[in-house]
Amino acid sequence: MNYILKMSLRNLGRNRRRTALSAIAIAMGTALLLLMSATIRGEMRGALELNINLRTGHLQVHTEDYKDENMSLKRADMIEAPMAISSQIEEITEVKSAAPRLNASGILAYKNETIGIQIIGIDPPSETNAPYRDGLVAGEFLEADDREGVLIGLPLSENLNLNPGDTINLIVNTSEGDTDKQSFTVRGVYTTDTPGYDKATIFMPLEKAQTITRTENYASMVYILLYDMDDTAAVKNALQSSQYVIEDWEEINKLFIIVMELSNAMMFFFNMMVLGVTATVIMNTLLMAVYERTREMGILGALGMKSKQIKALFLTEATLLGLGGVLIGLAIGVPIVLYYAQVGFYFGDMGISANSGIMLGNSIYPYPTIGDAISVSLAALIITILSGYYPASQAAKLEPVDALHGTN
Amino acid sequence: MEIAKLTDITRIYQIGEVETHALRGVDLSIDEGEFTTLVGPSGSGKTTLLQMVGCLDQPTSGKVFINNEEVTKMNRNQRADLRKGTIGFIFQFFALIPTLTAYENVELPLLLMGKKNQKSRVMELLDAVGLSDRAEHRPDQMSGGQQQRVAVARALAVDPLLILADEPTANLDTENGEQIMSIMKKLNEETNTTFVFATHDPRVIKYAKRVVTLRDGQIEKDESIA
Repeated sequence: MNYILKMSLRNLGRNRRRTALSAIAIAMGTALLLLMSATIRGEMRGALELNINLRTGHLQVHTEDYKDENMSLKRADMIEAPMAISSQIEEITEVKSAAPRLNASGILAYKNETIGIQIIGIDPPSETNAPYRDGLVAGEFLEADDREGVLIGLPLSENLNLNPGDTINLIVNTSEGDTDKQSFTVRGVYTTDTPGYDKATIFMPLEKAQTITRTENYASMVYILLYDMDDTAAVKNALQSSQYVIEDWEEINKLFIIVMELSNAMMFFFNMMVLGVTATVIMNTLLMAVYERTREMGILGALGMKSKQIKALFLTEATLLGLGGVLIGLAIGVPIVLYYAQVGFYFGDMGISANSGIMLGNSIYPYPTIGDAISVSLAALIITILSGYYPASQAAKLEPVDALHGTN
Repeated sequence: MEIAKLTDITRIYQIGEVETHALRGVDLSIDEGEFTTLVGPSGSGKTTLLQMVGCLDQPTSGKVFINNEEVTKMNRNQRADLRKGTIGFIFQFFALIPTLTAYENVELPLLLMGKKNQKSRVMELLDAVGLSDRAEHRPDQMSGGQQQRVAVARALAVDPLLILADEPTANLDTENGEQIMSIMKKLNEETNTTFVFATHDPRVIKYAKRVVTLRDGQIEKDESIA
């Protein structure tokens, strides 16, 4: 074994408690960064998936002036004969499903309660409704020819104590600028585990939604889901239309993309803070070692050890400490992250409305990647080695005669 | 053959605004095979002079030659290179590396010279100081006398031209002090290795062939002992 490596290993064994505490600091930093990066990635990834699967789709066809936020019902802002368009789009191999959607705003009245809601007219048999069909917790799903039935979200059902078979009143905006009021029967209760969405979104068959909003044969958009997100650009190119606008999920989720970038930047600063604290601990440990071993540096210098070899001795100690700490950190962090990736962190309703453009589920599932594990480990190791550089330089700067006098 | 030559050496330590003249124009020449002691009261400059000969410190003025090479023109790394092949050190405190065994301490100067697999050489040296059975012991598992004997073996490892010993017996009892001195004397006689001591211990002085007396940073007396 190289004598510098041997001496470094033994030096680390001199004060085992201090070495162990320093390694634990690196390990905790590594494990924390691993968990944080996987959690932020999982949160963003989950939120993006929810946004795409519930609100935006991978692609949308709508008019130039249609804005999701104001749910315009003017015919000029809507798509005519949407079923024909969606049927055509569904013939594209990469398209999983496409269906018209009609978005309208309204008020739900039940007993003495009134709640502002979003009404979405859907084509019930379409695959685009899988999240609601699969998330049905009571009653049954809508039929295309149902003229009185609606599907409500679980939080709404719980808040108002509504069950399948109960009757509610909906006051809905129409394309003529007035409102219409009708009674509906709750057919089923769904959950997408996205409280901000489920508590304010009611579904009814497209034809009924068109009738009540007086937008017969019109829809707000054709909502498209793909088998593979990576095909978005290719399908978008295939869908070029002179009459309508085709927007992909990135364009529709601009706000969310900004939030994602912001969270990446915040993650960077968080990483720097954790690594900064770790670096301070390591620097302190190694500086203590330099002060304690000043006379030894003098002896090594007298024996002919050069400055760069003394520096290498301390940097090797820092590297070994870093490697040990990172490995312990991975041994602690990886199982924790993998466990929470399965069970998730339950937060419940975080009070973020679906209209904000950001969908948050009631749980965050960390999403670990090998890339994150490698970059976190490398960052912790590099920071440890860098923080050893100053103490190592201090040791290398010692003149043998001064070092021998230092504690003589 | 002249191994070390110092001409008009001064060494001034500046501590704050106070100047301390440790050496004031010292001339000294050391020949191969000498067994010389530098003696004098505390503060007379004997340790400083020894450090000049050992290339551990640089003079404020004057020149130091080791083996006809001018040390005062060398940089720190060149001096380190010169030291590791030419000069062995024995210090007052038992200057072993505490994490290494006796064997590894003796082996270290050889490794620094790039000489690997020197087991027989290391064991021969440990045998010469009577510690071959303590090869795997660490310094804290040995007595002061044993540690100092390991230090002697280490100083001899690279067959240096010159061994410098600063108060080598100061922390040893009479028996161990005598034992160390007789080992060094024997090595001097058998291998013609040059020894220079800084000491005021009569046990060391009585072995010397030459005694250089320092006072206030100057050589007061330089006498050969028959």
